[in-house]
Amino acid sequence: MACQCSKENENQSSREQELRTVFDKFRGQKGSLIPVLQTAQDIYGYLPKEVMAQISQELKIPFSKVFGVATFYSQFHLEPRGENIVRVCLGTACHVRGGAAIFSKVKEELNIEDGETTENLKFTLESVACIGACGLAPVMVVNDETHGRLTPEKVPGILAKYK
Amino acid sequence: MDNLMVACCSKCNHSLSNPCKDYILCRTEGPICHDSKECKEKRETFIGKVDLAEDKPHRRVLICAGTGCISSGSKDVHSEMLAAVENAGIEDCEVTITGCHGFCEQGPIVIIEPEGIFYGGVSADDVEEIVEKQLKDGEIVERLLFTEPNSGEKDKYYRDIMFYKKQERTVLKNCGHINPEKIEEYIIAGGYRGLLRTLCDFKALEVIEQVKTSGLRGRGGAGFPTGLKWQFTAQAEGDQKYVVCNADEGDPGAFMDRSVLEGNPHAVIEGMLIAGYAVGASEGYVYVRAEYPLAIKRLQKAITQAEQFGILGDNILDSGFSFRLKIKAGAGAFVCGEETALLNSIEGERGMPRVRPPFPANKGLWQKPTLLNNVETYANVPIIMEKGGEWYASRGTEKSKGTKVFALTGKVNNTGLAEVPMGISMREIIFDIGGGINNGKKFKAVQIGGPSGGCLPEDKLDLPVDYDSLISAGAMMGSGGLVVMDETTCMVDLARFFLTFTQNESCGKCTPCREGTKRMLEILTRITEGEGQEGDIETLERMAKSVKNTSLCGLGQTAPNPILSTLRYFRDEYEAHIKKKWCPAGVCTALTTFKIDPEKCTGCRRCAKNCPVEAIKGEVKGIHEIDPEICTKCGTCMEKCKFEAVYKG
Amino acid sequence: MSEVTITIDGQEVTVPAGTTVLQAARMAGIEIPTLCHDPELTSPGACRLCVVEIEGMRNLPASCVTTAGDGMVVNTISPDVMDARKTVIELLLANHPEDCLTCERTGQCRLQEYAYHYGVRGDVFHGDRTEFPIDDSNPFIVRDLNKCIRCGKCVRVCDEVQGRSIYSFAYRGFDSIPATAMDESLAESECVFCGSCVSVCPTGALTEKMMHGVGRSWELEKIKTTCPYCGVGCNFDLNVKDGKVVGVTSNAESEVNGRALCVKGRFGYNFIDHPDRLTKPLIKKDGEFQEATWEEAINLVAEKFTQIKQEHGGDALALFSSARCTNEENYLANKFCRAVLGTNNIDHCARL
Repeated sequence: MACQCSKENENQSSREQELRTVFDKFRGQKGSLIPVLQTAQDIYGYLPKEVMAQISQELKIPFSKVFGVATFYSQFHLEPRGENIVRVCLGTACHVRGGAAIFSKVKEELNIEDGETTENLKFTLESVACIGACGLAPVMVVNDETHGRLTPEKVPGILAKYK
Repeated sequence: MDNLMVACCSKCNHSLSNPCKDYILCRTEGPICHDSKECKEKRETFIGKVDLAEDKPHRRVLICAGTGCISSGSKDVHSEMLAAVENAGIEDCEVTITGCHGFCEQGPIVIIEPEGIFYGGVSADDVEEIVEKQLKDGEIVERLLFTEPNSGEKDKYYRDIMFYKKQERTVLKNCGHINPEKIEEYIIAGGYRGLLRTLCDFKALEVIEQVKTSGLRGRGGAGFPTGLKWQFTAQAEGDQKYVVCNADEGDPGAFMDRSVLEGNPHAVIEGMLIAGYAVGASEGYVYVRAEYPLAIKRLQKAITQAEQFGILGDNILDSGFSFRLKIKAGAGAFVCGEETALLNSIEGERGMPRVRPPFPANKGLWQKPTLLNNVETYANVPIIMEKGGEWYASRGTEKSKGTKVFALTGKVNNTGLAEVPMGISMREIIFDIGGGINNGKKFKAVQIGGPSGGCLPEDKLDLPVDYDSLISAGAMMGSGGLVVMDETTCMVDLARFFLTFTQNESCGKCTPCREGTKRMLEILTRITEGEGQEGDIETLERMAKSVKNTSLCGLGQTAPNPILSTLRYFRDEYEAHIKKKWCPAGVCTALTTFKIDPEKCTGCRRCAKNCPVEAIKGEVKGIHEIDPEICTKCGTCMEKCKFEAVYKG
Repeated sequence: MSEVTITIDGQEVTVPAGTTVLQAARMAGIEIPTLCHDPELTSPGACRLCVVEIEGMRNLPASCVTTAGDGMVVNTISPDVMDARKTVIELLLANHPEDCLTCERTGQCRLQEYAYHYGVRGDVFHGDRTEFPIDDSNPFIVRDLNKCIRCGKCVRVCDEVQGRSIYSFAYRGFDSIPATAMDESLAESECVFCGSCVSVCPTGALTEKMMHGVGRSWELEKIKTTCPYCGVGCNFDLNVKDGKVVGVTSNAESEVNGRALCVKGRFGYNFIDHPDRLTKPLIKKDGEFQEATWEEAINLVAEKFTQIKQEHGGDALALFSSARCTNEENYLANKFCRAVLGTNNIDHCARL
């Protein structure tokens, strides 16, 4: 296999460039920390330390505060995540209709716990409280696709589609 | 001419750069700015194409594109339908997407207009049959009709379905009937008339009077009188004021705000515009939770279209009033539904609540006077301004006016959104609209108001649903989540579930909520795991009272409600768990034992064969027994037994 | 300025408008317990220990953030209030090590004081406790988050007074802590170790490392003095045990600096008893330094100065004064240099 270093470097620099346009767009705007973190996470897939440090400098917000905000909201991730995000709903309606059984089946299938990522960086598993699709309970969402009216038996088939 | 923004001819004297108060009427009923038969015809042809009025029959296939239906596959149904209608050469038939019908369980939903035929559970494979039979020959596809859970009868029409019959859809009226991505449809359906009346006929103070007269109260939870809130913000001193919409709908089980934003986003924009005019604000924010990407997309589209139409921006309809609207996407924190936490979040801070007073009306966003209402509240405003406060106040009860949208979920036959007049009984909602409990089970309780609310048992079902009677019964309106529970729901487990939620979502700022919810949850968990101790109930009660009394914000103050109300109505279940080590509903596995009824057992060995741990002993045709020492309580035996011989004891 | 009159525990108090209920109570000599409140910092109203009952108000408002209104009737000792306070203390103790025997803060810990006062034991709950490694990464501050009660004073003092913002609250709910950026140790952070956070911490979560084990708070005599380092003139308390300086703590009464100090003032006192410190003058005789009396030493210096001045003129001499001198001492040095030595060659190091 040919060396991938230059490709990786290329990715890195295009990401950096993208991040700079984000700063240009939001610089001087009030209340821009959260949208900047959101966009940065879209670019990098998570929030690396260096990126947060750069955000702190560019927006002139103490680094500790950037870290405080990033760790407050469940949407932000400080570690790399899987290619596919599996979110199993454990909200009220799903709970009543057996969401927990779905959740344990997914855990078993992927061999990871809540919030963890598989070693091959394919899947990240999360439990969520209500995604507003209660009519379809129990529900899980893989990336942006909702799978409703689940039974534990249906889980392996659904996950296989993303492997 | 293919949209409302296009001028009919060069004589038309208003445009974006030349705003005029007649703009909306001129575009829908006009032209009225100049007289031209040709122009009038042009408009009429266009309006005729999108006209939604019931008396103007017009063939349309409406395909629901709410989050629920999309996840059941409605996008495929839509593309398939477009292709099939074209292939079949059917003319004058519009295939369009709509927002949520609120009956997501039946999704994907397809409505055929003008008859109003309701098809549920439609898949792409059904499309051809619908086109061939229904659209070509006018023959109804029986198998796709909705079957009433109680009578077993099939309903042909939308209007006949019991789920919709008892509803009074005001806020949800347009949801499922107009294309939310087209401002024309909203305007032609009567939209922005409330704004027009506001800007032309009322002074700011008079708008507030109308809202006060309407008796509208906050639909987000606490039920604070909306008009009063507007008045406080209007009276507050400040060079800049803000109008903020709370669309951080986080209560598990509630999705009415999502449905409104996805299905009728312009109603929210219109409500906020009216509010901005009334309180003297020129800037607004809609804070939408990140979990609602479709709502954000639709709202963004609606804002852009409203800007193009001159309804958002400078000198709106030549009234001198300017207003701009921005969307702020949340980042995943339930507590941001608390108004001051929401403001902190917009400011880019951790979403931790502020001390009140000062209330946002005086010191809100960036310390400026700020009006904060939720989605459903704003969506109620246009009709108040269009029809008048008194008209609005004519519905509902003495202190709770208008309608309220409830999200009906849990063990009912029909789950979905139900908009009902205030004062209706819970029984009507659950048994008429909801079609009763599914699988013929017995009703046990309904949790109302999500994790901040409480549960009501059978004997409270005839209570009129309004803010005050719910509070007095130990529950609260909250955002309107209704979770119905049957005899197989354990109330201690339910309280534990809600506490898990609030404990997880506590921001950690104040001691009682941060530490108190944790300890209460630990006690509840212990009880459900069979480790309950003498005195646990008393400790729970004492803690619940202190956490309620001393927490900083609404999240902590209401977090103990599920415990208090389950203790109030189902104390015996707690006692059974603690003293008898028994879960009456058979939910808590540690407190459940599976037994075989010797009277019913036929000795078929099915249970024994399927038991994963070989806990069941017995000869063929002999009576079987479960060894409780080995049994892992997985319930497989109960599932597999054909004679209902396995029971939980 | 307008005034309001409120009734607290049956006692009428007239206070300036805008006063909080807590301040009003304190003005009337009524003590209300507080943990997160600090008169020099903004009030988050977070610990909820200062709750009171106010007629007509829902729930129990926190007195530190409730403005006194005319005619308000406040009860600071009602059964509900007492219950609520006990619950708050119980809850804090439930996630706090029972470590008072060896805790550095014993005797001046607010949590300990209130637990004692309200008769609350730490054994009501037996649930999870948060567990953190102790941050011992630097020579000055020991940070033990296990003892943290999340009052947030460290966060606020660093942000509002010191302007450094080394800490921010991080994470959420039961897991929330005042953390440095990336939750690193203080040594890895950009902390300058001024120790302001230590001075406001109500428990043993932040302590002066060098004061560990040197004496109990009640054994220490506090002697207010002026910092010897620079010319700012900060005041603080020397903590003295058996005639030896064992620590420095802030004294809120200090006119110049309040509780603020820099790393040198707060932690740089080791020189006092350092073995390398010269306490007697030394005179070099036969190539070796030998102890001498002050009189001998000063006479020798005077003699040499006179000799140099006579042989080479005053400008052959120069005087360099220290920032550790007071203004008065520096004035004298200036006089001595110009009038006695007869030269303008005088300078001064502004800071140490």
